Amino acid sequence: MLLRHTPKEIKERKALMINPAKTCQPIGAMYASLGIKGCLPHSHGSQGCCSYHRSTLTRHYKEPISAATSSFTEGASVFGGQANLLQAINNIFTVYEPEVIAVHTTCLSETIGDDLPQIFAKAIREKTVPEGKTVLGAGTPSYVGSHVTGFSNMVKAMAALAKEPVKKNGKINLIPGWVEPSDMEELKRLAALVGAKINMFPDTSGVLDGPLNGKYTMYPDGGTPIADIKDSGNAIGTLALGEWCSADAARLLDTKCKVPCSILDMPFGLKATDRFIDALRIVAGRSVPEEISVERGKLVDMISDMHQYFYGKKVALVGDPDQLIAMTEFLVSIDMCPIHIITGTPGKKFEKRIKEITKDMGREVNVKAKGDMFLLHQWMKNEPVDLLIGNTYCKYIARDEDVPFVRWGFPILDRQGHQHFPTVGYKGGLRLLEKILGVLLDRKDRDDPEEVFELVL
Amino acid sequence: MGKAQKLVQWDPHNIKEKLLEKYPPKVARKRAKQIMINEALENTTPEIVANVRTIPGIITMRGCTYAGCKGVIMGPTSDVVNLVHGPIGCSFYAWLTRRNQTDGINEGMENYIPYCMSTDMQDSDIIFGGEKKLQAAIQEAYDIFKPKAIAIFATCPVGLIGDDIHAVAKKMKEKFGDCNVFAFSCEGYKGVSQSAGHHIANNQIFTHVVGDTKTEHTEKYKINLLGEYNIGGDGFEIDRILKKCGITNISTFSGNATYDKFAVAGQADLSCVMCHRSINYVADMLETKYGIPWIKINFIGAEATAKSLRKIAKYFDEQELIDRVEEVIAEEMPAVKNAITEVYPRTKGKTAMLFVGGSRAHHYQELFLELGMKTLSAGYEFGHRDDYEGRHVIPNLKVDADSRNIEEIEVEADPVLYRPRKTPEEMAALEKAGVDFKEYEGLNPMMEENTMVVDDLNQYEAEKLVELLKPDLFCAGIKEKFSIQKLGVPMKQLHSYDSGGPYAGFVGAVNFYNEIDRLVNSKVWSYMKAPWQENPELSATYAWE
Repeated sequence: MLLRHTPKEIKERKALMINPAKTCQPIGAMYASLGIKGCLPHSHGSQGCCSYHRSTLTRHYKEPISAATSSFTEGASVFGGQANLLQAINNIFTVYEPEVIAVHTTCLSETIGDDLPQIFAKAIREKTVPEGKTVLGAGTPSYVGSHVTGFSNMVKAMAALAKEPVKKNGKINLIPGWVEPSDMEELKRLAALVGAKINMFPDTSGVLDGPLNGKYTMYPDGGTPIADIKDSGNAIGTLALGEWCSADAARLLDTKCKVPCSILDMPFGLKATDRFIDALRIVAGRSVPEEISVERGKLVDMISDMHQYFYGKKVALVGDPDQLIAMTEFLVSIDMCPIHIITGTPGKKFEKRIKEITKDMGREVNVKAKGDMFLLHQWMKNEPVDLLIGNTYCKYIARDEDVPFVRWGFPILDRQGHQHFPTVGYKGGLRLLEKILGVLLDRKDRDDPEEVFELVL
Repeated sequence: MGKAQKLVQWDPHNIKEKLLEKYPPKVARKRAKQIMINEALENTTPEIVANVRTIPGIITMRGCTYAGCKGVIMGPTSDVVNLVHGPIGCSFYAWLTRRNQTDGINEGMENYIPYCMSTDMQDSDIIFGGEKKLQAAIQEAYDIFKPKAIAIFATCPVGLIGDDIHAVAKKMKEKFGDCNVFAFSCEGYKGVSQSAGHHIANNQIFTHVVGDTKTEHTEKYKINLLGEYNIGGDGFEIDRILKKCGITNISTFSGNATYDKFAVAGQADLSCVMCHRSINYVADMLETKYGIPWIKINFIGAEATAKSLRKIAKYFDEQELIDRVEEVIAEEMPAVKNAITEVYPRTKGKTAMLFVGGSRAHHYQELFLELGMKTLSAGYEFGHRDDYEGRHVIPNLKVDADSRNIEEIEVEADPVLYRPRKTPEEMAALEKAGVDFKEYEGLNPMMEENTMVVDDLNQYEAEKLVELLKPDLFCAGIKEKFSIQKLGVPMKQLHSYDSGGPYAGFVGAVNFYNEIDRLVNSKVWSYMKAPWQENPELSATYAWE
């Protein structure tokens, strides 16, 4: 047993976090920055953070993740990191020639109180930032929120680049939230099918799912051009997917540029995708093509075909709030029972929302924001489940408790496909069901006695 | 990716110039001192600048002091609860990401490696201080796990806000009575790399753990294996060989280590240093306090393994052991020979580059020699000059402003336990017979003339080196892997071994030969261009029958 020191008996912990269901802000900011075309993310802190964040993203994507760092020394940590950042900006533009540098901070530079806008102003004044190039920044203190907060903060910093509105561009800003490159690709496909003109940011498709062809470009063709981000103030409206990931940016565009916004759930599963498509058609003033209705029908068809294997199955879930909300709704909608739900990210609304979604399930749900996987494991020991859905770290629990396990969320360090095959939209729903059925039926095939072992399921 | 493109024979001076030409003048001046062309000079090796601060914005491969302390030295230990005092990231990223294997997997044994523990500092802890939360977290960890020891690790903000983690540790240790609690001031901004973290870990382990034991080792031929972290089972393979030879490894720092294995280190007859960079401090302190001499050994490479075993046997100077070691080598070598005979024709003449932490860029050249492969360029992320040029330069090293605050501790001979393992005459005789004590010759002498040694290689230089020298294989870490492979060059991770291993010892050598054969001869590297890209001219249309 790998986690044999985890006791069944639950004692309240006030200070000790064990096996977190979150990580820290800057990695989210780094991921978001990679969704800007020609952008080099920059970590303003000591270099360990930057190495860790790059490594984790690389392990998740099996793709190169470039990012620079201010490489604080003890001196800079005491007297401020301005000189480090100015040097870094100069070195980056000279050596690596990005269009954009997106700076985020760490607990180090936040604790000492470095003032990013002031340093940027100095860099621009001293012409360290070449003509036509952009430097943007977000404060991402690691001791507030989680990686999701960092993502949100960087997306908000992108929205802050929006120019004063001049003339409506007829586009809808689509803020996709922290989803995979494959999901962003799928959102663009759906929007194109509906005929909605969108301006999506950030967009990591084409950046973190690149080909192998003997060439390496630090700045692949993907990513949202900075001009499009600046143009977001001229949009007719903003659809923001996920309260935790995307709402701050959308609200900023509303207050700053009077671009009205709707905050939607992330389109995982049937109902959330329904609401997304419906919203898209209404704001774009288009009718939904038959093709999308057929995709939807296929998902409903699969739910009905395989319903016997879903019905009443207990599920434990761990991940990030926006994703979990949509996933919980999806599972409930196919008559599964998500009974233990944990996110490491704080936010009172989360527990409320989950309780609302599960209120007709006919039983109480264990749900906790700011929880950890140690607690989730303890819950599972007290009431076992039929399925566990979460990131790679769950595999230790899955093995110990011998529970079928679907990898979903961030990070996935030990399996491939997540950047190539979407889990959003109706097609993504089909893939999620395929994965869930796969592990449930593999288990059935493994456990059924020989005399009832079945060919056809 | 045609081999035909590989014509240009570059002069290393030209390459160095190419690497530097894009840099701003200040950066170029600094990097020039960290890029060295290995030239044979009269009785001296050329100097290199190392262990200096990283250039901001250069895209370094380096990590931080916390990683060197918690991640490297303490991470592999199974029965110590490692509690990180800081926001969540530091503990999350060091959670099971280095492949330190442990056999502490059986019921009844403590194994906290799969657990990630943190005080998860919040903004209120930054404002009002985190000592109370740390104290409560230690208490909770003690109540849940009842471990024999709890180690506390500081992260960046801890030093800035002035939390006194050592005072909290001391208080809790006294309170518990049956659990050693000690702390590491390994804030990420200290020093210039992981290296400072090694030093801090060495000091604290030596101060708080070494000697704290009731176990008594009375076996013959007792050694400590210092600086071996059991990545991918390397330590298991080394232990297998040592055991077969009749040598007892009582203490590995810190692969597959336990608290007690650290604690008994003072009882060994000899310390064998594998990774010089990370653990030479403990080796020196063990000698000063207990009188245990140390030698540098290397179990990477079959020949190097045989050589190291012979060196250990020579030290003990008993025919029984010398004979046994020869028997073991004779038993193990045929499998190695078979494997190399098989792959050699396919690897011979290929070229490699190695840029790894603080020791592997040297050690793995032994394996590449066995494969008939030439190392074109190598370097460390965070080696010091002695790791490049040999320990004889240590008296000339100046500690610069960035590393001055790393604590140096004074160790004295223990009035009771100090016992010279050999008489001065015996030591002199052994030295005369070729056993170098307290000596490490460094990476540079290993490399051929006119190869390039680069310290703290960055992304730009890595790409340039590959573009100019077109090696058949590049070795570094996860951050470098995929950008190099996009260029159509196979890349071997020598930190994580790409989930493979062991690569140490005799079995490890065979694993490595096969792995390198697979990489440099994989079909995938021939697929870089589609047929229509190979021959883009449309000379004829397809005629259907």
